[in-house]
Amino acid sequence: MDGTNSLRNGPDENGRFGHYGGRFVAETLMPLILDLEKEYRAARIDPAYQAELKDLAIHYTGRPSPLYYAERLTQHLGGAKVWFKREELNHTGSHKINNCLGQILLAKRMGKTRIIAETGAGQHGVATATVCAKFDLPCTIFMGATDVERQMPNVLRMKMLGAEVRPVTAGAGTLKDAMNEALRDWVTNVDSTYYLIGTAAGPHPYPEMVRDFQSVIGTELKEQFREREGKLPDAVVACVGGGSNAIGTFHAFLDDPEVAIYGAEAGGHGIDIENGHAASMTGGRPGVLHGNRTYLLQDADGQILEGHSISAGLDYPGVGPEHSYLHDTKRVTYVPITDDEALEAFQLCTKMEGIIPALESAHGLAQVIKLAPTMSSDQSVVLCLSGRGDKDVESVGKYLGLLK
Amino acid sequence: MTTRIDRVFAAAKADNRALLAAYIMGGDPDLATGQAIMNALPQAGADIIELGLPFSDPMADGVAIQMGGQRALKAGQTLRGVLGMVEEFRRKDETTPIVLMGYYNPIYIFGVDKFLATARDAGVDGLIIVDLPAEEDAELCIPALKSGLNFIRLTTPTTDDARLPTVLENTSGFVYYVSMNGTTGAVIKSRAAVGESVQRIKAHTELPVVVGFGIKTADDAAEMGRHADGIAVGTVIVDAVAKSLVDGKATDRTVGAVRDLVADLAAGLKRARA
Repeated sequence: MDGTNSLRNGPDENGRFGHYGGRFVAETLMPLILDLEKEYRAARIDPAYQAELKDLAIHYTGRPSPLYYAERLTQHLGGAKVWFKREELNHTGSHKINNCLGQILLAKRMGKTRIIAETGAGQHGVATATVCAKFDLPCTIFMGATDVERQMPNVLRMKMLGAEVRPVTAGAGTLKDAMNEALRDWVTNVDSTYYLIGTAAGPHPYPEMVRDFQSVIGTELKEQFREREGKLPDAVVACVGGGSNAIGTFHAFLDDPEVAIYGAEAGGHGIDIENGHAASMTGGRPGVLHGNRTYLLQDADGQILEGHSISAGLDYPGVGPEHSYLHDTKRVTYVPITDDEALEAFQLCTKMEGIIPALESAHGLAQVIKLAPTMSSDQSVVLCLSGRGDKDVESVGKYLGLLK
Repeated sequence: MTTRIDRVFAAAKADNRALLAAYIMGGDPDLATGQAIMNALPQAGADIIELGLPFSDPMADGVAIQMGGQRALKAGQTLRGVLGMVEEFRRKDETTPIVLMGYYNPIYIFGVDKFLATARDAGVDGLIIVDLPAEEDAELCIPALKSGLNFIRLTTPTTDDARLPTVLENTSGFVYYVSMNGTTGAVIKSRAAVGESVQRIKAHTELPVVVGFGIKTADDAAEMGRHADGIAVGTVIVDAVAKSLVDGKATDRTVGAVRDLVADLAAGLKRARA
């Protein structure tokens, strides 16, 4: 059991991680999230629910995902051993499926007949469309119009899986706007609809629930690393947009102070450029949006900024509330990674390991590239390779001038 | 101590009519025209002014009010600017209640204590903050009540009898019943159900009940005015502003368009119980 001083005890009964989190939603949604919390608590201790989820994790997702020693990259960087937790090998190509399976079983339990979700890079949209196909539920995916354009392969996948993809033109047409529109849909279709949030953000209990479903990443990683090296890794790294793969990776290590933890935020064009990045913790301040108090990109009047990242999945002006808490308590070090650094990491990984990472995960890798050379060769750093980069080859090709 | 809000409900009751709460977005389509619209509302027949606080991410609003907020923000509106509108309005009108309606983040960033003091001094009477449910009362509701402002809560079709006491506990001024599950400006599916819901709420509270969301015409106003102590109208007013614009700019018809619409709605209410 975790002790009283554990960093793993959050959230409290009001959905707070320290000062962050909460339930900042319209009254229409309040009974729904209270109901969801009740159902989630019941499901969590229901052996049948847990058994079904576990079976799906093994036979549908392909868990456990491998822990891979990136030998060439290690030699190239000349420091700590570099490891990848290969979430990109999961069915649908990212960690997102872990959460979608957990929530779709919950939606079924609750008798919901329609699923909605928001998506940025389309990874969560694809994972949602996938589980909806499998469980025969109609689904509508809200996706910013800008993202629809830059992540076309995922849009096609969602459509083929039977989802309706609704492009959102409000604002900059990115993840924030997609989430607004999903919330508007939910408030309109409360009786039938389950909102399958893809990141560890939003009103309580979503941040806790999504974290719990993603915590399999860190739990497996810890066990796998112990088997391989007989100890704990010295550092773990993950990219942070809303932060679901990151909290899933970090959570198992929060009470192991000897493990350094790094979250890579989207530094875009650089965090000194207003609206030129999506680094909410290193470049924003606390506010309230989308149901929770958390670090946000905003102007002096409290209007939310759009932010920018080359990676659609990180292009969000907020972050999950537990990350805000871990930032303030300094347990996790959050660092901004620029578009250019992520692009370089993307190429290095592709050429040296034969693994094309998602641009999101490439942000984490860029931090590993900075970190590993500062560590000794008997130390290890593990990256959560959260997604594969097939969806990004076209947009990266454009940046690199491979497409005219 | 009677408040401006108490007084207008008492007056409407004495007239045997439901009152009209008219919503405008503060500073839409520009700051000067927004002020002129606000100043014209009481004479047109608005008993209460709901003054919208523009927000970049209005999650409970339909397209019309989203656009109104964007026009106001583009025109340079801020939370401080909206409070300035109230100060200006109060130079000539000491009786019409003003309720600010919006989202929490700009207030949180302004600073809750500073906001409440400034709002009270400006002549604000109440607050409707969409994303602050009863569970978050410690944030703004309790401090607002302590500073003498009404905190008006939304109740919705999803607020059942078991939950109503929680929602009503710290509500003051009046109760705002959201007529349907949806965003502002959507369509009311069953008017009869709205009437029943108002009665259900009244069984739990002495406070007046105002119905809002989806009231678009004088006939709607007349119908809803039979059931409730007041009606709130917003989307069609913000739409009237939008339709009066040319190339996104106010015209000499803008203020008049709102005035005529509000007068029409007020006339509908007078018919309600005639």
